[in-house]
Amino acid sequence: MSIVLDSKIPSGPLDQKWSKHKMDSKLINPANKRKFTILVVGSGLAGGAAAATLAELGYKVKCFCYQDSPRRAHSIAAQGGINAAKNYQNDGDSVRRLFYDTIKGGDFRSREANVHRLAEVSTNIIDQCVAQGVPFAREYGGLLDNRSFGGAQVSRTFYARGQTGQQLLIGCYQALEKEVHKGGVQMFPRTEMLDVVLVDGHAKGIVVRDMVTGKISSHSGDAVIMATGGYGNVFFLSTNAMGCNVTAAWRAARRGALFANPCYTQIHPTCIPVSGDYQSKLTLMSESLRNDGRIWVPKSKEIAEKLRNKQILPDSVKDEDRDYFLERKYPSFGNLSPRDISSRAAKECCDDGRGVAPTGLGVYLDFRDAINRLGEPAIRARYGNLFQMYDKIAGEDPYKQPMMIYPAVHYTMGGLWVDYNLMSNVPGLHVLGEANFSDHGANRLGASALMQGLADGYFVIPTTIANYLATQTPGKCSVNDDAFKQAEAETTARVNKLVGIKGKRTVDSFHRELGLMMWDNCGMARNKTGLEENIRRIPEIREEFWNNVCIPGSGNMANMELEKAGRVADFLEFAETMCYDALAREESCGGHFREEYQTRAGDPDVDSGLVAPGEAKRDDANFAHVAAWQYNEGQAPTLHKEQLQYEEVKLSVRSYK
Amino acid sequence: MLNLTLKVWRQKTPQDQGSIETYDAKNIPEEASFLEMLDIVNGRIIETGGEPIHFDHDCREGICGMCSLTINGVPHSKEKGITTCQVHMRKFQEGDTIWIEPFRARAFPVIRDLIVDRSAMDRIIASGGYIDVRTGSAVDANSLPIPKTDADSAFDAAACIGCGACIAACKNSSAMLFTAAKVSHLGHLPQGQPERDKRVLAMVRQMDAEGFGNCTNQYECEAACPKEISVDHIARMNRDFATALVKEQLLS
Repeated sequence: MSIVLDSKIPSGPLDQKWSKHKMDSKLINPANKRKFTILVVGSGLAGGAAAATLAELGYKVKCFCYQDSPRRAHSIAAQGGINAAKNYQNDGDSVRRLFYDTIKGGDFRSREANVHRLAEVSTNIIDQCVAQGVPFAREYGGLLDNRSFGGAQVSRTFYARGQTGQQLLIGCYQALEKEVHKGGVQMFPRTEMLDVVLVDGHAKGIVVRDMVTGKISSHSGDAVIMATGGYGNVFFLSTNAMGCNVTAAWRAARRGALFANPCYTQIHPTCIPVSGDYQSKLTLMSESLRNDGRIWVPKSKEIAEKLRNKQILPDSVKDEDRDYFLERKYPSFGNLSPRDISSRAAKECCDDGRGVAPTGLGVYLDFRDAINRLGEPAIRARYGNLFQMYDKIAGEDPYKQPMMIYPAVHYTMGGLWVDYNLMSNVPGLHVLGEANFSDHGANRLGASALMQGLADGYFVIPTTIANYLATQTPGKCSVNDDAFKQAEAETTARVNKLVGIKGKRTVDSFHRELGLMMWDNCGMARNKTGLEENIRRIPEIREEFWNNVCIPGSGNMANMELEKAGRVADFLEFAETMCYDALAREESCGGHFREEYQTRAGDPDVDSGLVAPGEAKRDDANFAHVAAWQYNEGQAPTLHKEQLQYEEVKLSVRSYK
Repeated sequence: MLNLTLKVWRQKTPQDQGSIETYDAKNIPEEASFLEMLDIVNGRIIETGGEPIHFDHDCREGICGMCSLTINGVPHSKEKGITTCQVHMRKFQEGDTIWIEPFRARAFPVIRDLIVDRSAMDRIIASGGYIDVRTGSAVDANSLPIPKTDADSAFDAAACIGCGACIAACKNSSAMLFTAAKVSHLGHLPQGQPERDKRVLAMVRQMDAEGFGNCTNQYECEAACPKEISVDHIARMNRDFATALVKEQLLS
């Protein structure tokens, strides 16, 4: 099967493409809108915003989430903030600059047109959220406050203490509940999507499992929107919520949707280090802390050894014995260097034997100087809840001793391939937020995930979905059609098969084994040997899983082991595609660091002082493309490429020196 | 390493009677979180042929509001200002017996073991806990200056994570603190004024219809709240409700 990837990017100058596209998009008259049913899977910022807005427009919406309430979607855990090109600080920001920072931050591996649109609508998002009552931080004059985030030299991040994601999601949830009350949205909490139903090649429905009764049923609609988040939990340990999974996206991939750039994963530099093998998740400490915290390790291995053994305390280490490695390596961005770069720098120090956690995998994030400069109350006002969170988990007071941090899996830039309308290659199947691949390239900048989720949900999909719906006759499909019956039967058979294995090993033990393998060989640094090893071993684990996993109880009731097993089964298939992608991309870019492809002494850019040795080395001649993978049952996936066209931006070496 | 005894509420289906069962929790690392301790115990239950203890959890960093265990009789444990997932085992002693029960309230029926149905709280929000603005119709965000103190007060109320600990802690199973937090969040902001009366009337009436009890000023809710939301918001809601009720009766 040959697939032509048409990005449907509108013609015309970059800064007029979105306006032009809005004018050229189809409209559906109000009397007809109510005849269309749209199924929205996921209720985070992207899904919740889309469901609420589409219902306001008059469409009939059904919204599904696996949590007990749409308010619990993992968007809620985002701490730091949301970017917008408002230039309220008068510090030289503009749509153009936000666009450029995002493209550069993504290491020139995202679509120009999508990113420009994101920067354009960023300003509308802030207006919308304020109107909903989101309590953003304010200055004494009553106007909105901003702070800085990694990868930018302007202050464009809006925030609500350290709980920005929570406040934005609650705003979105309230808008959603408003539509539930008015009858525009029917909400299905504790309901997990297990398959997408295609009718004549179009996505026309989904199969779901009721997580309370175990009942498997299907829903039909005129279009399907998936806003189901990222796949970071393929690593077992990540900052994602325990329930985050790839199932919806992977089930769609099995039905023919292409999975784009799965190897682009973001390792966040500031998380609480791993302490033991019982650990179930990693906790992020917001990037905003890097506004005032300074990151360091000792210059000597001997001092590091003493710190690890707790023979000395970090505050007793003299300034001349400290290596503030980000400030040293990237003087102009310093502690606010982008996430991929900061993470790798921390890993280098620890690989060098200068790590400070008991495991050797940790660096300090120190507020001593900020507290001396601004006083403890000012720091408490900015980061109080984050400091408290650290204290609870680590059992240490960060006002007295520096925090210990280490990189952890946080966000996934890859996702289902979508065109400019946010529709996948499967007609009718639209993908929003972290679940799609489109805006962040090979690395996402801080405070851009909330922006993208809300941009997609509030402002993009309500316009673009009409381009698909206008070609469709509403209400054409019903759950009594053969396609639905067959998909339901397949899902039921799969659930029964899982429950029937009754083996010896727990679901978590398989998940942990897979996660460790992915972290070691497809994590912060990758190489050919490790990736080939994973591609050989993953099918073996999968084989054992399907013969030896133990799921107690039945499928006809709440059964958390069954839920986890279904998700891990999908991770065990998806992980292989991820490794194929990392193997095929023979360059380093953003979060994808192939050890074979790094800058070395002797490179012209290194000798000229533009970049240091050991940085990611892109290969624009051969890899300036989106890698979209097609699933093949029992065989290696097939690669399809979408060439990235840069009309306005000149591809350059990404330097933060 | 800690060796503990767990007394856990087990109830297979909503219809079952349910009972307390006893489990040994041996060799638990002190650095583990409370939910990781349950993960370890569940792993052992599964390996010996039993069915694991079901409980709600998701973000495991104290913000999603999904985790909901009553630990030794107190929702989210006796530690102040945290959720269940933020309880760490270093707070327990060798040989302790820990009682683990669901969040109990008439309006929170048990689904399985420690999992309860809290959808009544969504219905309270749906009845009026929002500002009715249409996407795309907002004016520039800085065209409406809001005094910092008002914005901060609104935030204090908006910090609610909707976990339901306030309700489980209350002897009347009252949802007053939960409802008041939303009324107060929106009522502190100029954007929330047009619907202020309508909102408080609808939310309080929905709260009553769901079967939550009334407030008798014992303040267990504030003590149990992981975000330490103040009971002052309840007083504020009562005042708003009384005003709105009078206006409604005079106008009808």
